Amino acid sequence: MSDASTRSGPGRILVAVYAVFALAATARSSVQIGTDFDNAPLAYSLSAVAAAIYILATVALARGGRARPLAWAACTAEAVGVFTVGTLSIVASDHFPDATVWSVYGQGYGYVPAVLPFLGLAWLWRTREGHAG
Amino acid sequence: MTEPLAYLLFGLAAVVAVWAGALTVLNRRVDNPLFYAAAVVEVALVATMVGGFIALATTDRDVDGVTFSGYLLTIVLILPIGVAWGASEKTRWGTGVVVIAALVVMVLSWRLLQIWQGTSV
Repeated sequence: MSDASTRSGPGRILVAVYAVFALAATARSSVQIGTDFDNAPLAYSLSAVAAAIYILATVALARGGRARPLAWAACTAEAVGVFTVGTLSIVASDHFPDATVWSVYGQGYGYVPAVLPFLGLAWLWRTREGHAG
Repeated sequence: MTEPLAYLLFGLAAVVAVWAGALTVLNRRVDNPLFYAAAVVEVALVATMVGGFIALATTDRDVDGVTFSGYLLTIVLILPIGVAWGASEKTRWGTGVVVIAALVVMVLSWRLLQIWQGTSV
């Protein structure tokens, strides 16, 4: 059972933006972990977690239907993650010698990572069952 | 990966981004002219990828080869995937996806130049 609502209309753009971040975070964390893990193990591990959450959110939003709970969970985890890592990267900056997707609330990505989870949650709310448009 | 080439790619992608942005505002779907414009940019991107790999293989400078190759491969995939994903949505939001894809190509062409010149982080 797959319902198209989360990937239709504005959701089309939302899924596209999520896909971009899934790709960017995956590529960045792979390179970081593959070439220089000992430099910043905490930051790079969190980078990999961010990548996994973006992939889950992209797939769940694109599928909709039964994947909606997963999309809720992924967007919530993303919101918690970006603000936790964003704050950590400022108050514990010695553990973050190199930037990651969520460093300083996504500064390196125009702060889009700080806004995106709330767009995702708002979209899931708007497209919830029994709610017309 | 010379500066003029990066500026050319950046400019071509910017044209597509603005064009698609205008169509989105006008509540229009992805149409044939926009598709062909994106195709022209894609040809330039594929040529850049081929040239980029040749340049990477022949340069005697110390370029971050893994990252540069990754960007070369990514930059040719973004528009086809974005246009396919956007064109299968029969509303203005599909056109908006092409805007996003073109913006990403602009950023990637800029980053390609930085990586090639070794001026990135």
